[in-house]
Amino acid sequence: MLSFLQGFWVILKHTFRKRETVLYPEEKIYLPPRFRGRIILSRDPDGAERCVACHLCSSVCPVDCIALQAAEDETGRRYPEFFRINFSRCILCGFCEEACPTAAIQLTPDFEMAEYLRENLVYEKEDLLISGPGKYPGYNFYKVAGLAVGGKDKGDGENEETPVDVHGLLP
Amino acid sequence: MILKHVLIVIGVLGGAMSASAGLVWLERRLLAVWQDRYGPNRVGPFGLLQVAADGIKMFFKEDWVPPFADKPVFILAPVLAMVTALLSFAVLPFAPGIVVADLNIGLLYFLAVVALGVFGIALGGWSSNNKYALIGAVRGVAQMLSYEVFMGLSLMGVVLIAGTFNLSEIVMAQKHMWNVVPQFPGFVLFTIAGFAETHRTPFDLPEAESELVAGYHTEYSGMKFGLFFVGEYLGVTMTSAMIVILFFGGWMGPFFPPIVWFLGKTFVFICFFILVRAALPRPRYDQLMGYAWKVLLPLSLLNLLVTGAFVVGGYI
Repeated sequence: MLSFLQGFWVILKHTFRKRETVLYPEEKIYLPPRFRGRIILSRDPDGAERCVACHLCSSVCPVDCIALQAAEDETGRRYPEFFRINFSRCILCGFCEEACPTAAIQLTPDFEMAEYLRENLVYEKEDLLISGPGKYPGYNFYKVAGLAVGGKDKGDGENEETPVDVHGLLP
Repeated sequence: MILKHVLIVIGVLGGAMSASAGLVWLERRLLAVWQDRYGPNRVGPFGLLQVAADGIKMFFKEDWVPPFADKPVFILAPVLAMVTALLSFAVLPFAPGIVVADLNIGLLYFLAVVALGVFGIALGGWSSNNKYALIGAVRGVAQMLSYEVFMGLSLMGVVLIAGTFNLSEIVMAQKHMWNVVPQFPGFVLFTIAGFAETHRTPFDLPEAESELVAGYHTEYSGMKFGLFFVGEYLGVTMTSAMIVILFFGGWMGPFFPPIVWFLGKTFVFICFFILVRAALPRPRYDQLMGYAWKVLLPLSLLNLLVTGAFVVGGYI
């Protein structure tokens, strides 16, 4: 019987405890930078699209929610002609971000994507592309790829030496 | 005179119904407070309109009668559950003169009507034609029967002291001392029995959602389920009011008008009901029955014996 009264007292003391609930729309919790939320496509520090349309993200995607079409511009740079993510299927697993060789596709700390129409959850390339480099500020794939492409010849990249002429006789 | 009676009837009916509706909100809010949450706080000021939202939801839910159910009884059961809970409000004296029926056997009437409440559970569980509902109903019946025995006995001490079954006169008899002092065991016993009668935690074995889905109202939906729900909250209000009338001097109290005292005291006990729900777990079924027959029944008899001895000796 005494233990009952003790129990009531313990519960009554909770009246003045701090609430655990976060009153969500007014009050928002901190989401860490590596939170896996809305997916974006980032750009180089130069402002060019990072995505090289390699299809690695769409093939690793366990729910097949990424669709894209590869294209190549006159300078030999690959880019996606369209890039479509169906967020009504996406499970925000982050495999696409892991698979991406150019750090183009990234998950962001944003989950407020509710829509009244299911079609509105299909994001096109213009919805996905952001103007900045996202989580990897200094990274430019083509500058470290060692490839002759769009205005950059072999040896012009970062930490890259001019190619050795293997047919020449000089050391 | 007639008009006054009609007004009282309407007031009691409306008050009881709105109190039980408000309790839906109060219980969720208080449970939340004691679990470090906020509870419903979005609809209207302090979430008060949650009651209206719940009501609208109940009305628009599909009112489904399972094909395997015993249809007439299935429909009758929730009505019984609610009506029996409402009936006992007729004898509650809220303030001097404010009572629907000032019966001279008010307490007996109360016990009789409360005993009828078991039909709602029994018929609801039986007519659902569902194993869980039937187990819930069987539990409910056994529990109500065994707890009714000492519920009546625990109140006889009060009757002995006041010398009447009339509830208004029982309140008046507590002018100098509330019954909770000389009848403390009776108060504890009646409170426990009241919890069992309204099948609230820790005696909610007829529902027992962790083992029996929802017990006797498993198959109910929509407003039929709502009637069971309202019936339960009416029971809580009614039991709290009875505790106040029988043991805490009813409307007696200084400064404020009698009705304020009555409602205030009742509110405290309603909160106590919710506190108990927040604090205590549900016992096993055999423990529940053993507790009633082996501990509480002898205790209430002993209480009656001692009170009788005092009354005969002329000490009270």
